[in-house]
Amino acid sequence: MAATPTRSDALIHARGLTKYFGNLVAVDAVDFDVDRGEAFGFLGPNGAGKTSTMRMIGCVSPVSGGTLRVLGMDPAVDGPRIRARLGVVPQADTLDRELRVAENLYTYARYFDISGPLARKRTAELLDFVQLGDRADDEVEPLSGGMKRRLAIARALISEPELLLLDEPTTGLDPQARHMVWDRLYRLKQRGVTIVLTTHYMDEAEQLCDRLVVMDKAKIVASGSPRELIERYATREVLELRFAIDAAPALDGKLEGLADRVEVLPDRVLIYTDDGDAAAAAIHQRGLRPESTLVRRSTLEDVFLHITGRRLIE
Amino acid sequence: MNGALKVLAHHLRLYRRVWKGSVFVSFVSPVLYLASIGVGLGSLVSRGPAHTVGGISYVAFIAPGLLAATAMTTASSETTFPIMSRVYWMRTYDAMLASPLRVRDLVAGEVLWLTFRLALVSLIFFLVMAAFQTVHSIGAVFAIPVAMLSGLAFGTPVMAWAAKQRTDTPFALLFRFVVTPLFILGGTFFPIDRLPRLVEGIAWLTPLAHGVALTRALTTGNAASMATLGHVVVLAAYAAVGIAAAMVTFRQELAR
Repeated sequence: MAATPTRSDALIHARGLTKYFGNLVAVDAVDFDVDRGEAFGFLGPNGAGKTSTMRMIGCVSPVSGGTLRVLGMDPAVDGPRIRARLGVVPQADTLDRELRVAENLYTYARYFDISGPLARKRTAELLDFVQLGDRADDEVEPLSGGMKRRLAIARALISEPELLLLDEPTTGLDPQARHMVWDRLYRLKQRGVTIVLTTHYMDEAEQLCDRLVVMDKAKIVASGSPRELIERYATREVLELRFAIDAAPALDGKLEGLADRVEVLPDRVLIYTDDGDAAAAAIHQRGLRPESTLVRRSTLEDVFLHITGRRLIE
Repeated sequence: MNGALKVLAHHLRLYRRVWKGSVFVSFVSPVLYLASIGVGLGSLVSRGPAHTVGGISYVAFIAPGLLAATAMTTASSETTFPIMSRVYWMRTYDAMLASPLRVRDLVAGEVLWLTFRLALVSLIFFLVMAAFQTVHSIGAVFAIPVAMLSGLAFGTPVMAWAAKQRTDTPFALLFRFVVTPLFILGGTFFPIDRLPRLVEGIAWLTPLAHGVALTRALTTGNAASMATLGHVVVLAAYAAVGIAAAMVTFRQELAR
């Protein structure tokens, strides 16, 4: 990847950022910059290096190689000072189950030297913000997954961070809970909080991220806005065909010349084209009889499939 | 406020909910031991040919040993499950490390917390000992810090090891094959020199034998020897190595 000019005003600045675990290269010389006020995403399958990158940005995991600056400081030197200005929502929930809902925020404030009265005020405000105001005195454990995630987000906001790091913020949540989390993150972004998140959901990246990088096998394989990536790596539309299980061999050669690109997956065939309906008609003319056809807009998953030849969620 | 104090404050906040039960147990257990084994079994000892153990009553002999042994068991329970839970199950430490707290604050905070627990347990035990009239000099109060040091000498290496565990099976083994045998054989209930030479040698490699020898010397008024200093050095060395090891294993587990 061509070196981009150093942007000293970037909130996060990484060049050749590398992480080893023994012989395993978890993050392989990645370059990226995150600007103040933007929502930036790391999109990729499990094991791509997203979490390792986040843990280095969060100044918890030491950098193995390359340069990393967070808020203009070096994590190796100023870890605690940087962390004082970050909010972190980890992938595995680290809420304190021995404490009640409000206590989780209130005690966390103490780690940031936030005084008692201020901590109580912020706790009340944040619980309202994540719509848990009426659960303040409840135990943590009976809360639903979505509520726990919102509580974790509220806790990460107790120090009014400039930069909020979220590692797979909606993994495992039901659709309604996901939308609730997205809505809160969107509001934070409007308030000027810089958001960095990892995800393996395309819709999440499309909804939330101004810019994102696609990671695969420890490297960044593409970067840009969701729209740019789709325009660059996919066609306007995708025609999805499903065939009866044993019909696949009969496809041989029959899809030639139909479209810009054809992807044969185990469960379906994707045909990348600017006009899905026309492609569907052409297929019919060639005598193919798929069990179902669907014309849809391209998504980031198509981008990912194109770049890596693999599906994002396997 | 210092980072380690913040970790201590967190633990104290949780302890506030259970302190009554915890203090009650810390009180009942020495009463039961001293009444049943000390006085009950002691009455048999006093009818034996020697009448005493080296010139002191049996209850006065075992009381300081039990004090040190109780510090050891308290330290073991505080540094096994709770540490693994904070590393791995509840991930309390991950949450703390996302704040300005550092790994060394976590270790120092845990040591402070363990010290607090040992102080409480040892103080209560000492008061019960006094009630059983097994304390024979003012200098005997130094048995409290010595018992605490014995607990730290045992607890800090266990803490370093516990941070690496992912299931509780190793802890059951620790209790069954280390803590319980030491409790019985570490000099608590009979003089350690009655053991076979080899076993005696092994016993002296453990912190408990030194802790027992020290607390006993203090409560029976025989502490003015060079051996006393030697025991303190061994216990302090165990604790120092334990803390250094915990710094390493905590960093390995939490800041990879």
